Amino acid sequence: MMPRSGNALGNITYDRIDTMVKSVVATAAVLGTIGFALPAEADAQEGGTFAVQGATIHTVADGVIEGGTIVIRDGRIIAVGAEVDIPADAEIIDGEGKHVFPGMIDSFSSLGLTEIGAVAVTNDAGELGRWNPHLNAHTAIHPASEHIPVARANGITHSMVAPGGGGRGFGGGGSGIQGQATLVHLDGWTVEEMEIEKTAAMIIGWPTLSTGFRAFAGFGRPAGGRSFRRAQERFDEEVAEMDSWFVAAEHYRQAVASGSSRVPRNIQLEHLSRVLDRGMKVIVRANGWREIESAIEFAEKWNLDLVIAGGTGAREIAGTLAEKNIPVILGPVQRLPQGEDTAYDDPNTLPGALHEAGVEIAFATFNSSDSRTLPYEAANSVSWGLSKEAALEAVTLGPARLLGVDDRLGSLEVGKVGNLIVTDGDPLEITTEIEWVFIKGVPSDLDNKHRSLWEKYNGRPARRVTTTTT
Amino acid sequence: MRQPTRCPMTWAAGRVGAGRPALGLGFALALGLAFGVPGAAAAQEQPILITGATILTAAEAGRIEDGAILFENGRIVAVGPASEVESPSGATVIDGTGKFVTPGIVDAHSHIAADAINEGAVSVSSMVSIHDVIDPTDIAIYREAAGGTTTSHVMHGSANPIGGNNAVIKHRWGADAQGLLLQGAPPTIKFALGENPKRAGSPSLPGQEARYPASRMGVMDVVRQAFIEASEYKAEWDTYRARVADGDRDAIPPRRNLTMDPLVEVLEGTRYVHAHSYRADEILQLMRVAEEFGFRIHVFQHVLEGYRVADEMAEHGAHASTFSDWWAYKMEAYEAIPHNAAIMTQRGVNVSINSDSGEEGRHLNQEAAKTMKWGGLSEAEALATVTINPAFQLMIDDRVGSLEAGKDADIVLWENYPLSSYARVRTTYIDGEVVFDVDADMAMRADIEAEKAELREVLGEADEDDDTRGEREPGRRPGGGR
Repeated sequence: MMPRSGNALGNITYDRIDTMVKSVVATAAVLGTIGFALPAEADAQEGGTFAVQGATIHTVADGVIEGGTIVIRDGRIIAVGAEVDIPADAEIIDGEGKHVFPGMIDSFSSLGLTEIGAVAVTNDAGELGRWNPHLNAHTAIHPASEHIPVARANGITHSMVAPGGGGRGFGGGGSGIQGQATLVHLDGWTVEEMEIEKTAAMIIGWPTLSTGFRAFAGFGRPAGGRSFRRAQERFDEEVAEMDSWFVAAEHYRQAVASGSSRVPRNIQLEHLSRVLDRGMKVIVRANGWREIESAIEFAEKWNLDLVIAGGTGAREIAGTLAEKNIPVILGPVQRLPQGEDTAYDDPNTLPGALHEAGVEIAFATFNSSDSRTLPYEAANSVSWGLSKEAALEAVTLGPARLLGVDDRLGSLEVGKVGNLIVTDGDPLEITTEIEWVFIKGVPSDLDNKHRSLWEKYNGRPARRVTTTTT
Repeated sequence: MRQPTRCPMTWAAGRVGAGRPALGLGFALALGLAFGVPGAAAAQEQPILITGATILTAAEAGRIEDGAILFENGRIVAVGPASEVESPSGATVIDGTGKFVTPGIVDAHSHIAADAINEGAVSVSSMVSIHDVIDPTDIAIYREAAGGTTTSHVMHGSANPIGGNNAVIKHRWGADAQGLLLQGAPPTIKFALGENPKRAGSPSLPGQEARYPASRMGVMDVVRQAFIEASEYKAEWDTYRARVADGDRDAIPPRRNLTMDPLVEVLEGTRYVHAHSYRADEILQLMRVAEEFGFRIHVFQHVLEGYRVADEMAEHGAHASTFSDWWAYKMEAYEAIPHNAAIMTQRGVNVSINSDSGEEGRHLNQEAAKTMKWGGLSEAEALATVTINPAFQLMIDDRVGSLEAGKDADIVLWENYPLSSYARVRTTYIDGEVVFDVDADMAMRADIEAEKAELREVLGEADEDDDTRGEREPGRRPGGGR
């Protein structure tokens, strides 16, 4: 049986893939060692030569090439264009009727950090305590998570895997410094083979300006909420607490720089001090425009390389975000509008409005099992003002730029890492089949838990009915 | 077994899209202000003809290119090629060129528009009903209509093995609680298996008392014990009625038991079981328990492992209402696959895709499209999972779920292809009335802004220094006064 979302298209058979996969395994095993010695080359591994011939190539960076060919050698794109010489040793995929796109990047996920939402022991996304700048998602990413191949099979090739906060899982868990996020390829036998940037960003949960209003009493708390004035006071206190950590980090940095041998090592401050003077991306989770405004002010005070994540209220200060060049990783588009009186399509129109205002945007799922639905988040903005091109860019080159890896990822250009997908159409459309996924220049296995179970149970012999039931 | 469901149009509601803006109403209630009940009932005033559109009928006619649909007095009069549907005089003609028309979406599993969902203090809560807690001010009614959903099965929760009775509503935004109900929809009841009903047996909060059951064995036991009791109760009533029929004037009626009454209806085949379920084993076990007592599990809800026992379900006569692609949020969802709907369909089970969520209920068309990708359902099969199939499962398919002459004029006009991640609704009609329209919605926004400005003025600057503004009376919530 020919699996619908299988690999067995083009002129390479399953047997051929088996061989390729084995050679990739062997190569990866060898390169595991080499990669250790040469970390700079870790994201471009040798893996043979491949060409997709005669396809529509969506470069994202430089337009669309009809009847184009793209060649990958030793992990990198070596040629893209209408007239391209294919090396004699290349494995050729017939691209007629096919489309080639850069692989998609989920800009904020918990892939590998959580397996089964309701089963606490399978969750490593959030740690106890509010001040964890020294923790890194990299430490806990589970390369064998079933979620990774599921996302990959739908064309998601990369993700920034971010820690959540407050020991309450990935949902946010309030304000605090939640730890460092890791940018990974969604393929690899170990996290070291997956990683692109071990430390891609520091994740901070911004305080929320909220009255904490509750309609009903329960769980030891009365109904009602605090007044707006008290909400503001509480917010200011939390921001001040955040500030005190940055003051401490600055002092620690100065103390270390002084060369004194009497400075006791403080691993929290050691890590936090790296974000000062734009030394590391700082991704602040904030939604309301007041919170975003507060985060901007804070970032300017400490000279932080700020990115906003969430941003449901970003429309109100789109001009400021554009002017100050602050990108926004958008929370899911398929979410409810914030308030009862918020327009029904507010989540859909937000991406287009921000893009129109000149804000760099990227889509993300903020999830693990749903990471495969990333392209639909982007598509759900298109009928509400965002162009298809901008939507595609916001899951490819946009996130690569935003995360500072657009020299390697995000578009189909010579010299970039061989990350691409071959499809039968628009990857943002639900019914499109992803036929090939190349990560680091080699074909990825598109098998996954779901496809295996489908094949197994689709093949269950029809039940022979021997008795009638009542 | 099937019940006649046709009934007079009894809902009394204001026309939405004219007069007081619908969103404005929600906003006013959010501030705890009462603007009074919207105006009196107004049936569809004039015939409407949508012509030149691609019509996906979810009926035998299938897909009609360059089609037309005429509806009048809340009912569909004609559907067919544009050249064959005549426009009566006085009809409003809408140019559907480049657009698509589908039946209103039917959501077989929803929890919107209800003030309470779970009565979880007992293992068997068949005495309670969602009918008693319908909340017509829930903005989800409007928002889902803006995504094409026109009918929802508002269900009791999954806290206990036998839950409460459910309600079927139409998204007649602006109507009161009674007016939302789809009168004549056959009664249904919620059952629940697996992790959720077990949860009360292993309390997570200190001091909380455990409530039976704590295992899948106990869940099935609760169901079996309840039907033993219901059978005995039914026998008492049967005996009493037989004695009365025989002219026995001394017969004393059994004491009425409101918990047992709905279960007797299940035994008699007049109330239909919708069972929340995940794992294949519990699906199979519940069918066998039902067979012991001679009734049928009408619909398995969620049924994420239905693909493993699809043949057994088809044999039993159970239908399935599932999610498109959610998985791994709990242990019993870890083996869920997005091909579930396709496998069950291909093995002869009637399958619907539901929302279980006021968010998902806004794009069930897209969720249906996923069944084409995962497992290869056809366009017609995919559309059926959110239209005629859920209507069939709720046994209201003679009223809604497809575009056929004589059916309710619950119609969605789409800007573009509906089974797509790019889909967008232009207008949604229920009983021929506009409940959502893009242009009307835009107009409402201006009204809302004006209304907000007015309210700010009323609340005034005097309040600016008032330190108690956020502190409402306990028990009052935005949208209160319900």
